[in-house]
This record gives sequence, structure tokens and C-alpha cells, in this order.
Amino acid sequence: MANLEGMPTLEPAIGSKDQHMVINMGPQHPATHGVLRLVVEIDGEIIVRIYPEIGYLHTGIEKTCEAKFYQQVVPLTDRINYLDPLSNNLCYALAVEKLLGLQIPPKGQWLRVVLAELSRLNSHLIWLGTHAMDIGALTVFLYTFREREDILRLFEAVAGQRMMTSYIRIGGVSMEPPLDFFDRVQSFITTLPSKIDEYANLLTGNPIFRNRLKGVGYLSPEDAIALGVTGPPLRASGVDIDLRRDMPYSGYENFQFEVPISTDGDCWARYEVRLVEMRESVKIIQQALDGMPEGAVKADAPKIVLPDREKMKTQMEALIHHFKIVTEGFEVPAGEVYQGIEAGHGQTGYYVVSDGTAKPYRVHMRYPSFATLQALEVMGKGRMLADLVAVIGSIDIVLGEIDR
Amino acid sequence: MTEVAVPTLADKAAVLEGMPDHPAVKAILNWNVSALGDAKFAFGELTLTIAPGEIRTAAATLQAAGYNFFEDMTAVDWFPSEPRFQLSYHLLSHKLKERIRLRVLLNEMDPSVESITSVWAGANYYEREVFDLFGIRFEGHSNLRRILLPDEWEGHPLRKDYPVEGYR
Repeated sequence: MANLEGMPTLEPAIGSKDQHMVINMGPQHPATHGVLRLVVEIDGEIIVRIYPEIGYLHTGIEKTCEAKFYQQVVPLTDRINYLDPLSNNLCYALAVEKLLGLQIPPKGQWLRVVLAELSRLNSHLIWLGTHAMDIGALTVFLYTFREREDILRLFEAVAGQRMMTSYIRIGGVSMEPPLDFFDRVQSFITTLPSKIDEYANLLTGNPIFRNRLKGVGYLSPEDAIALGVTGPPLRASGVDIDLRRDMPYSGYENFQFEVPISTDGDCWARYEVRLVEMRESVKIIQQALDGMPEGAVKADAPKIVLPDREKMKTQMEALIHHFKIVTEGFEVPAGEVYQGIEAGHGQTGYYVVSDGTAKPYRVHMRYPSFATLQALEVMGKGRMLADLVAVIGSIDIVLGEIDR
Repeated sequence: MTEVAVPTLADKAAVLEGMPDHPAVKAILNWNVSALGDAKFAFGELTLTIAPGEIRTAAATLQAAGYNFFEDMTAVDWFPSEPRFQLSYHLLSHKLKERIRLRVLLNEMDPSVESITSVWAGANYYEREVFDLFGIRFEGHSNLRRILLPDEWEGHPLRKDYPVEGYR
């Protein structure tokens, strides 16, 4: 079990009576994927203890949310996990819609599924590229970023933004996607499986990559559950839970897909699980494109959803509603809700408390990397220092969502 | 997709009458009725209010009842009303595919509560976060230090009497 106790003071190792050396890794270190600082106690090359120090990216987003209208919180959510922006939008929107009792038309829900899965692919592609690069396989990084670029172009087509999309809004999505959007998604997912094969060709049989990951960073299912690990690392430890299938939201119950499980619990298992997840995401998007319902993408709630631009210019009521929403927001019934979704990194959850006004009384975000970081020591303990890089890569950590 | 309207059960009596077979309600009743302060079922989510001194045992009881996964914990500041602080624990059951919320109410003076890190070690960072941002202490926590803010920070920013812009 992880030892989550206090950190020793950093002392120069020379002249120390203790055989253990304490070294500092980060916050400026390329393998920490951001600004994670690890104070590592080592015995020679062997890791004895790891003390993560976080908070370098803390911007007080939860506090900021309390000063904004409900719809103004959406752009803040993008910036928390900047690699998986649409999942954040989706989770927040679902939580507020639960409070409002708002129903989203089928096309809106399915479009959200397409975008959430693209977002997951985006996040997994970055993970694969950077993870392989940490291990020393630089080529894969260039390949995955080629496909990621295609996804970002798709995001740009719907949202006008490549990363901070804010496309999924309370009551639906911000606007209809462009006419050729679904064709473009179709051509992207038609070619993606062959690209995934390409990555697998480069990595799966690669002896260096195998040796660096196999048997490294073992996490038992008991430890994973006790420490709050979710998402691919949890499933790679043999725990069969995926909120998309088990507690469906946004119409996920309409899709057939497999949830990959591995019982090995090491970095290699996490690599394999994510690779299969990417293929399953492609299947989900294909089903959504094939069965995309007709109709509106926004709920029929003029006091909550911003009107279309065209209506605003021609209809007096639409103009009034627009003015009211932008200047006064909309009131949300008092109450508290928790909405959990399966994002790319694991279970994301939004806890929204309303006091009946137009501003949220409290917004708390549960982000997977925050809990998963607690398991770092369990995974790294007793291994060589260089394995720590592989372990950090395999849990796919995003510092923006840890520090918020 | 048309959703059936979820009924709301507003208080303890209604919940005990309306959902006596719910595994969480049953587990709490079999363990200690008096620890259950209030109960509510709204928006399809069950909330159980637990007496502050009983939260660790309540967590252990629910863990044994199948709520095996600690998902989230945070606080809400109801300043200036009293009891001022509300702790919200979210527990997930992998088997039942269901989530419940435990609620603990704390007074403004010296807010402290028992740590549940002995039940779920993963509550460690969450309790540190609440300590950091709300100033609520967790008895029995092995390393109750600030986690997001620098150690020398003054005040607890998520309290409602702390200005959004901070102190200048």
C-alpha cells in the first residue's frame, strides 16, 4: 500500500549517515508531462519512496466557477483537462441538465457521443506518442500527432477552436455541425484503424519497448480500488468497470462496444488496454454515424439555450431571450447533483450545488489523475529509477486536471 | 429517449418508507439508526446525512455492503448559516452500478471530522484538498498538509468569506 506520509527535507546526500539518497525530479522535467514534482528516495538505483508534490498549476478554477453564470463555466472546464476538452464540457453540461431536468434531442446526444469519442481518441493519441517518446521511440510521436492534427481540424470545424472547444453547452451543443462534418469524421475513422495497426507494428513487437513495459509498474486490483484509480489503469488491473456501459449517459446505452480488460496490471497491460479502447472508440463513432438521428441538436428551452443567430436577427422573443441569458444567466433549481462520466483518463465527475440562483453555489470536479497519482508509489516502489518514467507515462497524467 | 420523472423523497421518513430495500439504507439501518441524521432522494441520487462522529464507521459499513469504491469527497461552505460546512462523500458500487452520497454537517467553530483514510487509502489526497481549501481538519490523517497551495499560504480560498480575487 502506498505510503502517503510526509516528505523528508531535501538534504545533500554527501556526508549523510543514511544510505538513501533523496533526489528531486521536476517540476521542470520532460517526463513528468507538465509540472509535477517528485521527491524520490532512492537506494542506489532502486526507488524506496516517492513523494509527489502538486499544485504548480493551481488556478482556483472551482472558486472562479462560483463567480460565473452557469453557461460561463463551460469555457473554464476546457482548461482543466486540455487534452480531452469535450469530455469536460459534456460532464459539466450533463450535471447542470440533471438539475434543470432538461432533455437533449437524440441528434444532440449522438453528436455528443461522436465528439466525446473523438476527444478520447485525441487524448489516447497524445498519450501513446508521449509515452513512446519517454521510452525512447520518437517516431511514434510524429505519427500520432499527424492523426491528432486531423482530430483537431474536426474540432475546429464544429467549434471554431482546436483545443478549447466549449462546443458542448448546457442544453445541447453550441450550433449545428457544418454540412460536410460527418463525411469528414467518416473518412477519418475509416483510415484510423490502419494507423493504429501502424503504431502497434512499431511498438508491440519492439523488444526495447516490451522490455521497458512488461512487468513494470504492477498495480493489484485491491490497491487500485483502495487508491481510487479509475479508467484504463483500473481496467488493466482486471477491474471490469466502464461508466459508458455500466451507468450510461448521453445515449451510450444505444451503442455496442467491448470494454478491454487485462489482469496483468503492469505498464504493458495499460498500453494494450488503451490501444484496444481506441479501436472500440472507432466502432462507437461508426455506429453513431450510421444511425445518426434527424432533428435538432439543442433542447427546446429558449430561456436556457441561446437562440440561433438567424432567429435572433428576425424574431423579437429570440433577441430578448438572448439578451437575458447573456446578461442575467438563467436560474437553476436548488439542489445538488453528481454526474460521472468515463473520460479518456478515467472517471471524471462534476458535483454541482445550486442555491436557486443563476450562479453555481459550488462546483467540484473529480478528475481521475488526481486519485491515480496516489498509486504512483505502489507502482514505482522497488523498481529502477528509470522505470519511473515508464510508470508516469503509463498512467497518462495530466497536471491541469490534478491542480485545477 | 424519454425519461421517466424521478420522484423526490424529501426527508428521512419518506426515504425509509419509500426505499427500505435499498442496500445502502438497509446497511445503515442494520448498523446504527441513530447515526442517520437525514436522508434524501432527489435527481435520482440518494443522500444520507451521517453524524460527524460516525463517518468512518459508516464508510466501513457501506464498504462492506458493496459500495466498494471511494469516488470523490469535497466540502460546501454554507456561510453564514450554521452548521456551516457540509462534507459530501461520493461512493460507487461496482457491483450494483450505483452511487450514493454521504453528507456530514460541521459547525464553524473548529471544524474537524474523523479521517476515512483507514477505510480507503485513496481518500488521502481528497482530505488534504479539503483541509487546504476549506480548513477542515481530519483526525487520524497521516499527513494533513496543504496540497495545492504553498505551505505558507494564509486562509482557505474556497470558504465563502474569502474574496474571489484574493487578498491584495
